[in-house]
Amino acid sequence: MEKFQTLRSTAVPLPIENIDTDQIIPARFLKATTREGFGANLFSDWRYTADGQPKESFVLNDARYGGKILLGGKNFGCGSSREHAAWALYDAGFKVVISSYFADIFRGNALNTGLLPLQVSDEILQRLFAQVELDPQTQLVVDLPTQTLTVPVWEESIGFDLDPYKKECLINGYDDIDFLLNQKAAIAAYEQQRPWAY
Amino acid sequence: MGKTLVDKIWDAHVVKAVGGNLEVFYIDRHLIHEVTSPQAFDELAARGLTLYNPAQIVATADHNVPTRNQHLPIQDPLSRSQVDKLTENCARHGVELFGLGHEYQGIVHVIGPELGITQPGMTIVCGDSHTSTHGAFGAIAFGIGTSQVTQVMASQCLLISRPKRMRITVERQLRRGVTAKDLILHVIAQLGTGGATGYFVEYAGSAIRALSMEGRMTVCNMSIEMGARGGLIAPDVTTFSYLKGRPYAPQGEQWEQAVAYWQTLFSDADAAFDTELHFDAGGISPMITYGTNPGMGMVLNGSIPLQVLESETVSFNKSLQYMGFAPGESLLGKQINYVFIGSCTNSRIEDLRAVAAYVKGKHKAAHVEAIIVPGSKQVEKQAIAEGLDQVLTAAGFELREPGCSACLAMNDDKIPAGAYCVSTSNRNFEGRQGPGARTLLASPLVAAITAVEGRIVDITKYLN
Ligand code: SF4
Repeated sequence: MEKFQTLRSTAVPLPIENIDTDQIIPARFLKATTREGFGANLFSDWRYTADGQPKESFVLNDARYGGKILLGGKNFGCGSSREHAAWALYDAGFKVVISSYFADIFRGNALNTGLLPLQVSDEILQRLFAQVELDPQTQLVVDLPTQTLTVPVWEESIGFDLDPYKKECLINGYDDIDFLLNQKAAIAAYEQQRPWAY
Repeated sequence: MGKTLVDKIWDAHVVKAVGGNLEVFYIDRHLIHEVTSPQAFDELAARGLTLYNPAQIVATADHNVPTRNQHLPIQDPLSRSQVDKLTENCARHGVELFGLGHEYQGIVHVIGPELGITQPGMTIVCGDSHTSTHGAFGAIAFGIGTSQVTQVMASQCLLISRPKRMRITVERQLRRGVTAKDLILHVIAQLGTGGATGYFVEYAGSAIRALSMEGRMTVCNMSIEMGARGGLIAPDVTTFSYLKGRPYAPQGEQWEQAVAYWQTLFSDADAAFDTELHFDAGGISPMITYGTNPGMGMVLNGSIPLQVLESETVSFNKSLQYMGFAPGESLLGKQINYVFIGSCTNSRIEDLRAVAAYVKGKHKAAHVEAIIVPGSKQVEKQAIAEGLDQVLTAAGFELREPGCSACLAMNDDKIPAGAYCVSTSNRNFEGRQGPGARTLLASPLVAAITAVEGRIVDITKYLN
């Protein structure tokens, strides 16, 4: 996993609630057996017409917007557990998704992919949408060590929560497997004293 | 203070607490399928790791398999390569596989329970969000992403935090024609698609206890559709009699020991929940969804809301536009061209029986294409043994071979763009049943009646 420290970027606004992982990456693209290449099909049905032409109205096809931060409506990433959704966002160049609420499985998948799910209040999210739509060049600064999202034009920094262990993982590029492999003795001991073994 | 059922099972599976809210959490059973496992096996290989314990993993091919001619090679090269990869990986690592052609093959959440692999008190994971289905047996079961699949493969554990606890109590009896599917669609419509995010839900109350195991699975299956990490129901006599004698259930003396343990699995009378909700089963009616998430459901003979909260208006309008519906509209009389009966929500024998009982001696409307996809080879076999296949075929329904099928349309079973499908599956997301497809979720009974009528009707008058 890549390390994450600080990111300064413009953002892409997608002010739709309950964006499910079937929209992020439709099931018909899940037939690959590797992790790479999903970015080309990110939001495929919103982004392209049935014959593969870009839909001008969709924000990823709108030349005014770009950057490594996606702003998504509340309850982002609900539905299917497919980690391919996080891979697709990451593969398409996003490093951070900002929303006021993330579905549990998506949040975990994003963190395991090196994509930061950054949760803000509904109010801040609405202000961010308004700001970015007003000025697509607005820079946002995400600083992981201090857990702050700074909007320089507002002269304002907003704190965000993150599990301390997950924060360390992102900063250092570690993942849970490294950690769990170091627990083998504890796991073996647990298996010895289990009250009920299936 | 007493403990909730979730806490009892959770505590019994904590290997150790590691600071923050995280715990090393032990997994008893790991179910895998062809779509979310190949990258996990590759990751293991890339790190030079082996499976922690292959005996705790069971595999099946379900998500992208064809539902016709399963004895022939899969035609779609990508699907074939995924299924082949699963077969190779299982052979290499010594994992038991119920692949195409195996008498136990089927949808992962249908076969676990019917084979007795799923048992009370267990922790069960799968790279699939509807793993919550297994909670019907009083297990902690939840969906995980592929990185976590790798973690469980390598260590039999996950590093996770404890969920919050919610109890949903449903008292009194469901009325005639109202099923477990309507019950859960009703609850989700009340809570909304993110209403239980962060929670594990225990379903309780007389209406839940009165459900068969099939009905309980339908309820637990859809827990994820309100954002819950999982759902479960305390095991009881219904659970034990369902499991007894199943191929992988404990036998003999072990069975006695198991039941003695399972009988301790309930929430103590003084256990505290973070949230408690109550519903009256008698007030639940047949349901249908009109929008593009499972929370957008309504009473079958009701009308689509005229307006929603201001913050939700953009999503609401987008959704209705996709569905071709207007605010305030009733769905009664809408012509329907496709009916899909299947998926891990409603493809068990009881669902097929309910459909067959209704369509016996009737015929589907000429313009409707109605397919029934049994959840497993075992369900298919049982349906044939009971003669349901004859009844269904005579009524113009096509009985296919087991798999996920049009639930997610990874195989050829797709609904055309713009067409309406009344479906017994669990998700009505945009494009879920094929690009542009419009899905209306409902119970098998509503689906069967719709197929016969060719349009959406108020089912109350058909129930006698
Ligand atoms: S039937 Fe549908 S919901 Fe169930 S496991 Fe298959 S794809 Fe997932």
